Amino acid sequence: MDSSDASRRSGFAPRLLEFADELRHEGMHVGTSELLDAFAALEHVPWTSEEDFRSALAATLAKSQEDRRVFDILFERYFFRAVEREAVERGLAEHGAIEDGYQGDQNMLDLDSLRNQIRNAVRAGSDGEMRDLARLAIAAFGREGAGSGVIGVDVQRIRRTLGLKGQSEQDMAARPDPDAVPRERLRQFERHLRRELERDMIERTQALPPARPLREFDRALPTNPTQDLAQVHRVVMQLKRRLATQGHEMRGRRRGRVVDVRRTMRASLETGGVPLHLRYRPRRPRRPELFVLCDVSTSVTSASVFFLSVLHALHDSFRKLRSFVFVERISEVSEVFERERSFKAVSRAIATDSGVADVSGYTDYGRVWLEFYEQVIDDLDPRSTVIVLGDARTNGREPHAKAFGAIAERSNRMFWMNPEPKLYWNYGDSVMAAYEPYCDGVFECWTTKQLEGFVNALTDQRATR
Amino acid sequence: MAAELQSVDQVKARLAEVGYLADEPAALVSYLAAQLGKPVLVEGPAGVGKTELAKALSRATERRLIRLQCYEGLDEAKALYEWNYRKQLLRIQSEARDTGWETVKEDIFGEEFLLERPLLTAIATEEPVVLLIDEIDKTDQEFEAMLLELLSDFQISIPELGVIEAKSHPIVVLTSNNSRELTEALKRRCLYLWLDYPDAERELEIVRLHAPDLPDSVARRLVEVVHMVRNLDLKKPPSIAESIDWARALLLLGAEDIDQSVLEHTMSIIIKHRTDLDMVAERVGVKLTDGLIGRQSA
Repeated sequence: MDSSDASRRSGFAPRLLEFADELRHEGMHVGTSELLDAFAALEHVPWTSEEDFRSALAATLAKSQEDRRVFDILFERYFFRAVEREAVERGLAEHGAIEDGYQGDQNMLDLDSLRNQIRNAVRAGSDGEMRDLARLAIAAFGREGAGSGVIGVDVQRIRRTLGLKGQSEQDMAARPDPDAVPRERLRQFERHLRRELERDMIERTQALPPARPLREFDRALPTNPTQDLAQVHRVVMQLKRRLATQGHEMRGRRRGRVVDVRRTMRASLETGGVPLHLRYRPRRPRRPELFVLCDVSTSVTSASVFFLSVLHALHDSFRKLRSFVFVERISEVSEVFERERSFKAVSRAIATDSGVADVSGYTDYGRVWLEFYEQVIDDLDPRSTVIVLGDARTNGREPHAKAFGAIAERSNRMFWMNPEPKLYWNYGDSVMAAYEPYCDGVFECWTTKQLEGFVNALTDQRATR
Repeated sequence: MAAELQSVDQVKARLAEVGYLADEPAALVSYLAAQLGKPVLVEGPAGVGKTELAKALSRATERRLIRLQCYEGLDEAKALYEWNYRKQLLRIQSEARDTGWETVKEDIFGEEFLLERPLLTAIATEEPVVLLIDEIDKTDQEFEAMLLELLSDFQISIPELGVIEAKSHPIVVLTSNNSRELTEALKRRCLYLWLDYPDAERELEIVRLHAPDLPDSVARRLVEVVHMVRNLDLKKPPSIAESIDWARALLLLGAEDIDQSVLEHTMSIIIKHRTDLDMVAERVGVKLTDGLIGRQSA
């Protein structure tokens, strides 16, 4: 490492610290040791390659996939802003340069050739060339009508004027369109456009737009229905794991322990080979048996989709799991889940076949407990955990809290997850209060995050009865 | 040894020589791991080549690979070291009566009675090694805590013997399937690498590398199908190893093309669940007959 590198780093260190500070503001854990690692790593990668630079920082600072996402967003933003701020502070302006440069050869450069040039550059995927051409394009088309003031709109307008069309790689291979360019590359070009427009705006206003904290929206992993389901799958995996490893009380621990010969002998050496202290095999946590009851009535339709995905995911993760759905009657759906894999098919099967709403279509919790008690009571044992998902709205019917209590009595633990915010509990026909005393825990549950909270509470919970 | 790996490109080239096509971040992080002497934590879905990366590193650096497979209930006696109590007992019993207690006591806690388990072996050997701690997420947090001393200082404290320091500096690779959140303390000591399924281009290269005789059009089609299958919500999406297996099987069968019947006969190589089989046959098989994919080869 020569001296110029060293001097550059002395200017760079504060920048990196600032960047780390921004990461911390977004909730990432960046400690001093991470920062030291980052500096150490940067000694080994070339400064000139942005990709390597970024990967090296990411490997040392961002230690999970979620963190990596936040890191990427902030990296873009921070280093772009850092350069711009420097420029504003030193009064550098490229503003004129673009226009002068462009006006200089305006006569030679007609728009069609610019279009072609850009298309070729995008196809070739040369980063530097794309950047230069993006600036040229902004100079040529960007100020028609002085722009809309909204950068996203301007980017799309310029793209349209240039006649650029994206096509996915598969389509390209199948049906090549002479005018189209690879979609990924087009995005890259749009990013350049966006940056150059932002730069332009900063130069005009001589100030940086305020840095906003990331919204939940930006931070969340990309979502579509199947991915939402994947997220639920993940949370449930965790639920299963924690159930399996923790939360098993010391109940009956002294009974029936098995002597671990190996460790007893090992311990006996401290006493000259005489086994004075017996060592026992650690008790393996037993497999949890889950009974899940899920409300699918209209008062919770919006939540029931979520419920179902939870059920669905649970089914994949537990070996011993019986699931039931209910409206005014109860119906076991364990089989449906064994048979069907697709989410849609399951919903359909439950809606049509389970026959839970054959009388009035209103939830009748009281009756549900009685039926559940009758059907399942013999299978409940002190190993069972019962989880109820429902809003506890009985439509004015008898809640039969006693029957519910009897079920709780027979099982090890009883949890209630309510899809309504806590504020609404016990208002109107909600009889949450009647059931709450029998439960080991009651939880709000209308987002994945709360589901995760439930998982945590489940493991901390010690059975109180 | 670390001097062997001199640049990111060299790491990449070396790994390719031993049959592992690393992408840019993987090569960079491996390079940094060797340079900085830090453990690497590799996370990602099952079957993207996390374990394979460690094996390839060991081949590329010509170091021995020591593997510790983690499971629930793994404890220090199986991971770090253990006293060979049988031998110790024999030693005590074979003792002539007049030997003093002091000598025996000194004796039975010597290195002679120490059984080395993978972690101790990894740092006690003269030759530097590659240490793979596989599926660290399967163990409990206590075990993680036990690893911390080893990972940050490359030493192990044995109460009866004192601290054993590393004679050589191993490259440590930890893999995790992300089935639980690892502790901050562990993550802080590691470089982080997220491996994902490769994009079509890279997977095609991988398939070509491992089944060079497979016709190009078939290989391309195979990668397309595998990618389509991975996009479905399956219980177990096909791994890279399975696409290689599939490629080899197709080569054996002398398949000229992948159409619906070929897929149905051979898809049990990449799909391992009955319900998944149905779903793939339904969603992907149909597209193959319609010629919706792979049209360019026609």
